[in-house]
Amino acid sequence: MGRKQTPSQTIGPYFAYGLTPRQYGYPFSAIAGADMVPEGLEDGERIRVQGRVLDGQDTPVNDAMVEFWQADAFGRYAHPADPQASNTPFGGFGRCGTGTDPESRFILDTIKPGAAGDGSAPHINVTLFARGLLVHLFTRIYFADEQDANARDTLLLAVPEERRRTLVAPRRETDKGAVYDFDIRLQGPAETVFFDF
Amino acid sequence: MSYRPRDWSTQPPLQDAGYKSTGLRGPSKPLVKAPQSLSELTGPVFGREVLGTLDSDLTRNGRVKGEPLGERIVVTGRVLDEDARPLANTLIEIWQANAAGRYIHEVDQHDAPLDPNFFGGGRCVTDSEGRYRFHTIRPGAYPWGNHPNAWRPNHIHFSLFGPAFATRLITQMYFPGDPLLAYDPIFLSTADEAARRRLVADFSLEVTEPDFALGYVFDMVLRGRDQTPMEG
Repeated sequence: MGRKQTPSQTIGPYFAYGLTPRQYGYPFSAIAGADMVPEGLEDGERIRVQGRVLDGQDTPVNDAMVEFWQADAFGRYAHPADPQASNTPFGGFGRCGTGTDPESRFILDTIKPGAAGDGSAPHINVTLFARGLLVHLFTRIYFADEQDANARDTLLLAVPEERRRTLVAPRRETDKGAVYDFDIRLQGPAETVFFDF
Repeated sequence: MSYRPRDWSTQPPLQDAGYKSTGLRGPSKPLVKAPQSLSELTGPVFGREVLGTLDSDLTRNGRVKGEPLGERIVVTGRVLDEDARPLANTLIEIWQANAAGRYIHEVDQHDAPLDPNFFGGGRCVTDSEGRYRFHTIRPGAYPWGNHPNAWRPNHIHFSLFGPAFATRLITQMYFPGDPLLAYDPIFLSTADEAARRRLVADFSLEVTEPDFALGYVFDMVLRGRDQTPMEG
């Protein structure tokens, strides 16, 4: 030890031109966007994950930024700490602001991740930033059609049973493929589970 | 290996009476404490390949037909973990208001001029010693709607990834001697005064570039490694 952690501060309302410039139409390159599927990627089912961030009055938050981090179709992360580090072109990171969709949704195009094999069901890791959040929030998106794997997931099992459904996105089939709906509720009886990892 | 927990004695709360927007947005249920897994020990890796040539020079990356107005500054420092290990090759993104206190973001309607030659966004990657360096313009203060006559102190927003999903941080850098710090609920939301002080850069004559720009030093500390075995 020796140094103390720098305090977090809110992202505020004006991040878009710095962090999500392409999505919002600012003249600056972007390091990542809401389409996580690189050209030429072969493996993985294409899916869409979408939802709103709702405040304590159920009003959609239109100035949030949501980040996504996930494994590839084989459950491997593109990072050296994963002993089976991914070798596909899939980077696994996406980012979307809620300020460009008329319904204030985030809309993520990605692939369905595989299970990472450490007692966890397939999931997408989520980081949420917004004006009014002094510290970012961690949550996870699980998939409703992975019932068996979800029933064995160590993290889901650590969550009180009545709150688990806040982490599981229902699936529906559309002309363009599978869509998972995942609203994030910041407060209230159905408040999404946020983790302190 | 895992990362040390977030040190809540140095972090602001989710609900803060002074900062109004937390009222409907800060979660009301306690966070669920959870062990770290591969999902948190890995994270996105961005290197120099994402950088454009002017990305770390905000005095140049928004120029249209001249120089931006305002006081040129250099902001430099190191990104370290709690054991003072430098965090090399980590991406830093920044954004800020212009010298008049106006953001280029279209939802900012503060009645202060935009600067046609200043964009306000930039990024860089730390070197092998965890060091970064930006050239920019000192941002102005601006009013906001939190309470009557509320003004944000001069600040630059910083976004960092660090080595893993668990180490992500977004923060703000403030300037020494700013009288508005004493009135700013966002700055004051961190209860610990010593922790707050770490959000304020130091002026440095050594970093100051003669005949060009004033120098400020701002180090940032991310969660360190915990060598005790991973739970779960």
